[in-house]
Amino acid sequence: MCRLFAITSDEPLSPMTAIQALDVMKEGHDGSGVGLLMSDLGGELEQFKGSPILSGIFTQEGIKRLDRYMMELGLLTKYKMSIRPNTTPPRGTPRRDVYLIRVYEYPYEWEGLSQDEIEQRLLAIRLDLRRMGEDDGSMMVFSFWPDTIMIKEVGDPMAVAGYLGLDRQALSARIILAQGRQNTNYAITLYACHPFFIQGYATMTNGENTAFVPIREYLVSRGFPGYTGYQSDSEVFTHILHYTHRRLGLPIQAYKHVLTPLKDEELARHQDARFLRAVKHSLRFLTIDGPNCVIGCLPDKTLFMLQDSKKLRPGVAGGRPGLFAFSSEMCGLDAAIPDRDTKNDRQPMKYDLVSVDASRTEIRTWNQWEPFGRTC
Amino acid sequence: MEPMGTLRPNLLSPRDLPWRIVWDRDRCTLCGRCTAACPTRSIELGVHRKRSLEVKAGLAVKPSNVYAVYHGIDQVAHASRVCVGCGLCSQVCPNAAIFPVRSEEIDKVRFHVSEGGEPRRRGGRRNDPNSLLDRIKFIRISMLTDPALDAGRHEFELRTLLGRIPPPEDMLEEASRPDGWVPPVREVYPLMVGGMSFGALSPTMWEGLQMGVAYLNEELGMPVRICTGEGGCPPRLLRSRFLKYVILQIASGYFGWDEILHALPDMKEDPCAIEIKYGQGAKPGDGGLLMWYKVNSLIGAIRGVPVGVSLPSPPTHQTKYSIEESVAKMIQSMYMAWGFRVPVYPKISGTTTALAVLNNIARNPYAAALAIDGEDGGTGAAYNVSMNHMGHPIASNVRDAYLNLVRIGKQNEIPIVAAGGVGKNGNLAANAAALIMLGASAVQVGKYIMQACGGCVGSETDRCNICNIGLCPKGITSQDPRIYRRLDPEDVAQRLVDVFVSFDVELKKIMAPLGRSTSLPIGMSDALGIDDEGAAKRLGIQYVV
Repeated sequence: MCRLFAITSDEPLSPMTAIQALDVMKEGHDGSGVGLLMSDLGGELEQFKGSPILSGIFTQEGIKRLDRYMMELGLLTKYKMSIRPNTTPPRGTPRRDVYLIRVYEYPYEWEGLSQDEIEQRLLAIRLDLRRMGEDDGSMMVFSFWPDTIMIKEVGDPMAVAGYLGLDRQALSARIILAQGRQNTNYAITLYACHPFFIQGYATMTNGENTAFVPIREYLVSRGFPGYTGYQSDSEVFTHILHYTHRRLGLPIQAYKHVLTPLKDEELARHQDARFLRAVKHSLRFLTIDGPNCVIGCLPDKTLFMLQDSKKLRPGVAGGRPGLFAFSSEMCGLDAAIPDRDTKNDRQPMKYDLVSVDASRTEIRTWNQWEPFGRTC
Repeated sequence: MEPMGTLRPNLLSPRDLPWRIVWDRDRCTLCGRCTAACPTRSIELGVHRKRSLEVKAGLAVKPSNVYAVYHGIDQVAHASRVCVGCGLCSQVCPNAAIFPVRSEEIDKVRFHVSEGGEPRRRGGRRNDPNSLLDRIKFIRISMLTDPALDAGRHEFELRTLLGRIPPPEDMLEEASRPDGWVPPVREVYPLMVGGMSFGALSPTMWEGLQMGVAYLNEELGMPVRICTGEGGCPPRLLRSRFLKYVILQIASGYFGWDEILHALPDMKEDPCAIEIKYGQGAKPGDGGLLMWYKVNSLIGAIRGVPVGVSLPSPPTHQTKYSIEESVAKMIQSMYMAWGFRVPVYPKISGTTTALAVLNNIARNPYAAALAIDGEDGGTGAAYNVSMNHMGHPIASNVRDAYLNLVRIGKQNEIPIVAAGGVGKNGNLAANAAALIMLGASAVQVGKYIMQACGGCVGSETDRCNICNIGLCPKGITSQDPRIYRRLDPEDVAQRLVDVFVSFDVELKKIMAPLGRSTSLPIGMSDALGIDDEGAAKRLGIQYVV
């Protein structure tokens, strides 16, 4: 089963913090892949907060096609931090030309566009590039969004991190999500590697989602261009979050109610029964059937974690003001923040949602029995 | 030269009949129970003369012929009194001296049942033992990374929704306003007892089913629902708290609706839903049929008709100028009758035009579901040709309907209720689960209930099938008190509870290995496989050999 680790810190951290935590949890993944999401960036990229960053893997030919495409749209490169490894890749990791991290400048024509329109265009560009690269494998695009970097690769997380030189000083972030992949019943493709990202929302999951096919069909039938891909059954968790929070405008608590709704007889005792029943009924096809632990990040930099009732070994959240981590295993948290007060660790149970917002002052636990809509 | 006798075309010998009565003279006590019980009067007392050789001891008297008379059983060889193989004779025989056996070759009766110009009508089923649903396997077994669940110990949520569910954008907005209107939606058990009318079924059978449903709900917490079929509802049930477990059906004959409308002011509970029957799987495109044999004073009173007349419902609703208009009008009227608190949905027979109906339903924001009854649906009475040759298989109809809803993004808005041949060979849970994974939200079952709860002896090879003339040997479909008293409603209720409880266990035994427990696996087509390439392609499931 995949291993998950997320950390949020006042001070920017090297991605190696998360990689080391994954390494401690190595027993549980087979090193078939690693995925990293960095947000609220520090280091050299901090200065480009509002500018979209393209993350992906490109061949030389892919770079040329990218440049032509971006030029036509009027998107100019502002800054590059691309990784071109010149050593032998670790065993199992393919040789790539470029791991691209490139900051772009918005074209003049985009001035005056609404934020929503800009975000739609960023999404459309990412999907376009992905499509362009699918035929010949010249481009793999993971994100195109401000203040966000994603790196994914096949292989053991620690070996890949060393190969890519992720310990470089220029690379740091206040929020890092990392997944060590246990490849299960889907082909090894980087698009199946967590975390998944769409318009500022990211999640990663462990466990199989057995309700994947009907959920995928439901999301695809929403007619939203970003609901595509699904090389992994876990990608639906990100899109359900996006759909619930952004498109339906519901608070994060609704995400919990959508994924794991209360039973009918439980709802009857809930003070918000009417609304929650409408949530349950109208989003019935998005109910998951785990066991799953989901760790995610919202555009406002809130980190959260939840699981369903079948998750027998829940993830854990802990830390201290200014530094909190979420981990699928206790040992990962211990490795990342050994000097925390473990009495304040939280293991969310089947009704719980734990979260740490951008102020990083505390872990909040919200329970499905609480009134709906209380901020978490 | 004049012939000594005439061999009429319909003169048959017992050998030409579908069933032969085997009678053992040595075991028979001549009690007469078999001839009294035979519903079709196919056997009667026979008086036979027999010659035997009498050889006395010694040589004084020469051996000689002796003529004696003995009594026994004769099988009637006329098409109108043909043995239907029900086996009631052997059930009542104290000495196991008599039983029917199927003739070795195809019978000749089928060529003579049209005497008088009236084609064969019968009850029962399609008489095709094949079942595509039986061939569907559940192949996505959870292993290792997503361990299979424990069907016996895990918590399962085996519920479905019956009712129109607006798109989340609309429904959540309405639900967040105190005065917002959200269409009525029932959270119910995914297996329902399909429409079998009071009239088609005997009073004892109907009462037993209602008692069983009430017990399942009130004692076992299983929200099982039962549809009345087209025949109204007894007045006391209409005015009782048990009405909430009942789906009232309105069909083209509107039988019983006078009584229902008069009971409206006295109703303590709303019914679960209203089903508008436009068609049924057993006789697609034909109206309901209750033959005169079964229209006694009780049935006449509930349906508001004279006694002893056949009640063929028209094939279409009289209000029907177009399907759109009819559906819209009837749904609207029914919603208004109960103050927009009760879901109203149409039921159609399986057909290639189901998608046109579905698209129409999808555009009507009040339509609460679409029930589709496949060709294997059973019935109390229908023309033989309708039952055997008309209609559409349920599996591909349900699959097409579901995938069409997926295409337009309304798969959660209109639940599809599937029926017709579910459990026809006894595999109730497997058939129901297959339909659910093909896209049905719920499944209705009728014949299986008659067999399991009433002891119906009908089969898919034309056994018995005399539900239409009120002579049901078990009293399930008879309105003759002498016959239906054979059936104890308490037994029927007990068996219904048994059926649902065991179905529940089996459904969990299917879902648990697939790793599903928190929601009904509607549309989980990746779990299905079949050993027929064409069927796999048609249904969009895996071909496995």
